[in-house]
Amino acid sequence: MSPPLEHDYIGLSELHSPAAAVGGGGAEDGALNLKDTELRLGLPGSDSSDRKDKVALTLGLLPKIFVSGAKRGFSDTIDGAGKWGLAAGGGGSEVEAGKSCALFSPRGERGGGGHGNAGNDAVGKAVGHERKDTGQVGDSAGNDRGVAPAAKAQVVGWPPIRSYRKNTMATNPSKNKEDANGKQGLGCLYVKVSMDGAPYLRKVDLKTYSNYKEFSLALEKMFSGFTIGQCGSHGIPGRDGLSESRLMDFLSGSEYVLTYEDRDGDWMLVGDVPWEMFTDSCRRLRIMKGSDAIGLAPRAMEKCRNRN
Amino acid sequence: MTYFPEEVVEHIFDFLGSHRDRNAVSTVCKAWYHVERLSRLNVFVGNCYAIRPERVMARFPGMKSLSVKGKPHFADYNLVPYDWGGFALPWIKAAVRRSPGLEDLRLKRMVVTDDDLDLLARSFPNFRSLVLVSCEGFSTDGLAAIATYCRGLRELDLQENEVEDHGRQWLSCFHESCTSLVSLNFACLKGEVNAGVLERLVARCPNLRSLKLNRAVSVESLNEIVARAPYLVDLGTGSFAVLDCIGDKGLAVVASTCKELQELRVFPSDIYGAGATSVTEEGLVAISSGCPKLNSLLYFCYQMTNAALITVAKNCPHFTRFRLCILDPWKPDPVTNQPLDEGFGAIVRSCKNLRRLSLSGLLTDQVFLYIGLYAKCLEMLSIAFAGDSDKGMVYILKGCKNLRKLEIRDCPFGDIALLNDVAKYETMRSLWMSSCDVTLGGCKALAAKMPRLNVEIINESEGTDKLEENISDLHKVEKMYVYRTVAGPRNDAPDFVWTL
Repeated sequence: MSPPLEHDYIGLSELHSPAAAVGGGGAEDGALNLKDTELRLGLPGSDSSDRKDKVALTLGLLPKIFVSGAKRGFSDTIDGAGKWGLAAGGGGSEVEAGKSCALFSPRGERGGGGHGNAGNDAVGKAVGHERKDTGQVGDSAGNDRGVAPAAKAQVVGWPPIRSYRKNTMATNPSKNKEDANGKQGLGCLYVKVSMDGAPYLRKVDLKTYSNYKEFSLALEKMFSGFTIGQCGSHGIPGRDGLSESRLMDFLSGSEYVLTYEDRDGDWMLVGDVPWEMFTDSCRRLRIMKGSDAIGLAPRAMEKCRNRN
Repeated sequence: MTYFPEEVVEHIFDFLGSHRDRNAVSTVCKAWYHVERLSRLNVFVGNCYAIRPERVMARFPGMKSLSVKGKPHFADYNLVPYDWGGFALPWIKAAVRRSPGLEDLRLKRMVVTDDDLDLLARSFPNFRSLVLVSCEGFSTDGLAAIATYCRGLRELDLQENEVEDHGRQWLSCFHESCTSLVSLNFACLKGEVNAGVLERLVARCPNLRSLKLNRAVSVESLNEIVARAPYLVDLGTGSFAVLDCIGDKGLAVVASTCKELQELRVFPSDIYGAGATSVTEEGLVAISSGCPKLNSLLYFCYQMTNAALITVAKNCPHFTRFRLCILDPWKPDPVTNQPLDEGFGAIVRSCKNLRRLSLSGLLTDQVFLYIGLYAKCLEMLSIAFAGDSDKGMVYILKGCKNLRKLEIRDCPFGDIALLNDVAKYETMRSLWMSSCDVTLGGCKALAAKMPRLNVEIINESEGTDKLEENISDLHKVEKMYVYRTVAGPRNDAPDFVWTL
């Protein structure tokens, strides 16, 4: 007899996972396929590896934008955050900014000026009491610019408060301490990136990257303009494919080293510790001239050892 | 008046306080223009891209103090990309060449680098006052340059800037012979300053009247400082803001004791959800009935009712600035479920001197009809998540004769509203629209009709260069910034800004 169908907690069932349904071949013969009991969101039949891409199609409440959120480590957010799914992705990055703004726009479904029930429903949907409403799915599936997701904190620029003020607000005490140099909201962690000799700094949201590779690509894009003359305008020519630490290579071809300041105030070399540990402890980044960076690496290893 | 000698006319103009009055008299006739421009000392430029710096300084050779503003207001809320523009350097460079007698410089929302500050510090021997508001791009190194080279500096006022802390003891760079400070504000700095250095600086500046320190200064230090500066009028230890955890009850206490209160700002302590103690319409009503002199308000809350706003309007007819932010977009009156049109309508009807208004909550086109009808003095209007149709925006543009800045986000206003009265935008400083329904075609049409407007589109998607060819005119524009200018399209626009 086939094992009972597992339903994930928003009521969608896994129709047929290849291994689960009939106890198909291989190592999973007869054993409960643990994948089925995993808490995840996805179209019936979707593989867990694809869930990042598929989620938004299932839940009407999730705007289309999150389909492109593959870089955002969506699965990490589900596992890590208390707020399911809707916590994915901070609203802050410049690329996403415009799009996530758009999603908050009220459209036709509000018609009639929002009087009476129509308005109320729209507001109810729009405002979204995310703490209560886990059951509502697909209310506005058809309207891609319509209903705002419940996580209102993610609309860029809303509420209209200067970021330095947001940082000093006590949303909760522990969060405040971490905020010292980074602006942290639901699912975003902005840190400053400076480069010696550059006329101005940049900010990156560490939560939008899931590993050093993506991060280094992004930094490279951001700062390549400043190193024209060291490596040529196209970075290192002739490099194909992605190497593990392309930025390291790029930088080692020039005179720069990527470093970060950790929670203790020490300057460390980027790349020594696992990515998650790095994002946890990184408060800001500095692309420094190689000559200033001598002696960083040994300390990083020491700290890692001390922690473990 | 043209029969009077120029010296007399000039003397009369001395009595004109405001830039607007001076601008007005300078358009009367050539003679007056000539007299006015030679005698103007304080120059105010509301939009750094409206005119080239050289032209400003050529017109006003006697300029002693300059005030320039850069980025649009919504840049404060991260809606404008970091490298959009607003660079201080061209202004400083032009002043170095043409106005070496410059004494005061005030910059708001501009990008200022350490090199800029260094150039500034070394170039103006009579420099007295530097005020930077909401600027970024500089560090404590730049401040060190100011402290080092601006002998005779009277004022250094840093408000809400993003200053990179390079750990330099910039305060120590004030020379021992510097005794001229009248006002010093470094509340926005995150780093520490040497307590001894600060105390000695304060002690040797007998004219010091205003001192605003940052949070890093210890209480002991504060004691020493106050002891050494008995003539201080204004002392601050970082921004004091009322957080809404004082609740409605707290506000009632304020209302009962602070009868002279003119300005109040209440910020939310938790923007992610209504806390157990936060403020509602009750707090606002209490304030309005207890503080009749209140003329400027910034109020964040979770709910508001029409009845409350109507009461507030009756109690406080003197509002000049009224900014209400209900944290949930589109939230109606919780008691009646109605939009807040009537409430805001009451505010604009009653407050005849209202110059600045920010709306929130559930609002239909009706509120804009009211604003257009009654808010005749309105100069700046901020709208978010409001309105039903183009009519809303048209009411505003038609009715608000004194409108200077209009900023709109996430409203259903499109090309019809945008193009309804294109000449209107030359009477305003700027228009910002983001996440609305204006299309690329609409923006192009506006740009074509009005050559003295810069119509800037901010396009942040990746692959920007290719997009320009493929993008259809029907594509909705994410962010549009329109401003009047005599300088033509700017030459420092980054890749993602297209001037149509």
